Amino acid sequence: MKAFLGAVLALIVICVGANLALTNAGFSSADMTSDSNVRLGD
Amino acid sequence: MAFLRILLPLVFIASFAGLTAAQDASGDPMVTEPGKQTLEDILARQRGEDVPFGAQVPLPETRAGAPTADQLGTLGGASDPTLWREIRANEGTAVVASNKGPAAKVLMQEGGMWWLNFREGPLLTYGGALLGITVLLLAIFFLIRGRIKIEHGRAGITIERFKWIERFGHWLIAGSFILLGLTGLIQLAGRKLLIPTFGHEAFSTFAIAGKWVHNNVSWAFMLGLVMVFVMWIAHNLPDRTDINWILKGGGIFGKGHPPAKKFNAGQKLIFWSVIILGTSISVSGLSLLFPFEINMFGPTFAKLNDMGLPQLLGFGPIEAALTPQEEMQYAQLWHAIVSFVLMAVIIAHIYIGTLGMEGAFEAMGSGDVDLEWAREHHSIWADEVVAEQSKAAPATHPAE
Repeated sequence: MKAFLGAVLALIVICVGANLALTNAGFSSADMTSDSNVRLGD
Repeated sequence: MAFLRILLPLVFIASFAGLTAAQDASGDPMVTEPGKQTLEDILARQRGEDVPFGAQVPLPETRAGAPTADQLGTLGGASDPTLWREIRANEGTAVVASNKGPAAKVLMQEGGMWWLNFREGPLLTYGGALLGITVLLLAIFFLIRGRIKIEHGRAGITIERFKWIERFGHWLIAGSFILLGLTGLIQLAGRKLLIPTFGHEAFSTFAIAGKWVHNNVSWAFMLGLVMVFVMWIAHNLPDRTDINWILKGGGIFGKGHPPAKKFNAGQKLIFWSVIILGTSISVSGLSLLFPFEINMFGPTFAKLNDMGLPQLLGFGPIEAALTPQEEMQYAQLWHAIVSFVLMAVIIAHIYIGTLGMEGAFEAMGSGDVDLEWAREHHSIWADEVVAEQSKAAPATHPAE
């Protein structure tokens, strides 16, 4: 049971960490198909 | 001569005026198209009647197109086929885009509708059917065979089957796969099933949350995949015991179980399914996570064409010059198809590890299994563990 809970905890940490890393890496579809001259969301 | 110099340009201009007048006649409900022939013409000609070629056949008004004088009117003879050819083939200088990205200049891509129809149609239908049939077969199997019991009852003594780190790796990949499977199905079935049932707004919330989970949990799945591979590869290499195990059908029906090591042939099949299909899903998933960065299908199709495989099967060469969007579409289809197959395998794995077999869940629950269960299902491994324990016992427990 401890192994299961440990895995759930690791899953949450990896999930949040991956989101932070991916957001900052600039690989989102919006980033890939746009540039500084395109003012999306302004 | 001076007169001719004036007259010739005038004649030249007048010829264009005539052409323009002919184009403007498109406003006429009885527009004609030179050279157009009808079925009646052909049949009449077959009967031997004299029907001149290039007969003026009236066109219905709806086919006439907008007058050239209108803002959105057709260009008629002044149309630029080179421009449209360049736009359609995504080449030349016809399109200039200020934004970056490999797909920025693609205005038309013919694979889009095929992909959308396949995704909503056969993929969802056959994928769903595969999962449904798997559950149905397991239910029938359960009704016929019932729960596989420990034949000689529990020994009351347990031995360690999986260490903490092994169970951690298992639950990491298991938990992430269930989340990925559910959120993946939400994305796939959204337009067809969930929007008509729950409405756009409720589905939007589901879809946004599901996409976030799917994108980010994928890393936990990949880590779990690597862990499971490293920890269990040595125990999952095929050996002679597997042949006997398969020939006896794993002892699923009837009494007695064929001998097996730590993993039997059935478990090895699940292990390699997870590793091979899981890796394929991961690579196609990475291709989708990083749009247009990892192109797998164009080069693969080119290699298949070079090897002559499609030609060998009676098909022509596969189109290998794919637009960036087509690469993504193929990656999505492959990702979903392989995932459906792995989901079916995992449903069967979950069944046998929980409901289907007494004593099996404890292996991944507490990590310790009953000695009798171990002897029945993994006799060679159980004997090894007992022998090791009895060897180690005198050292750890001094003589009484």
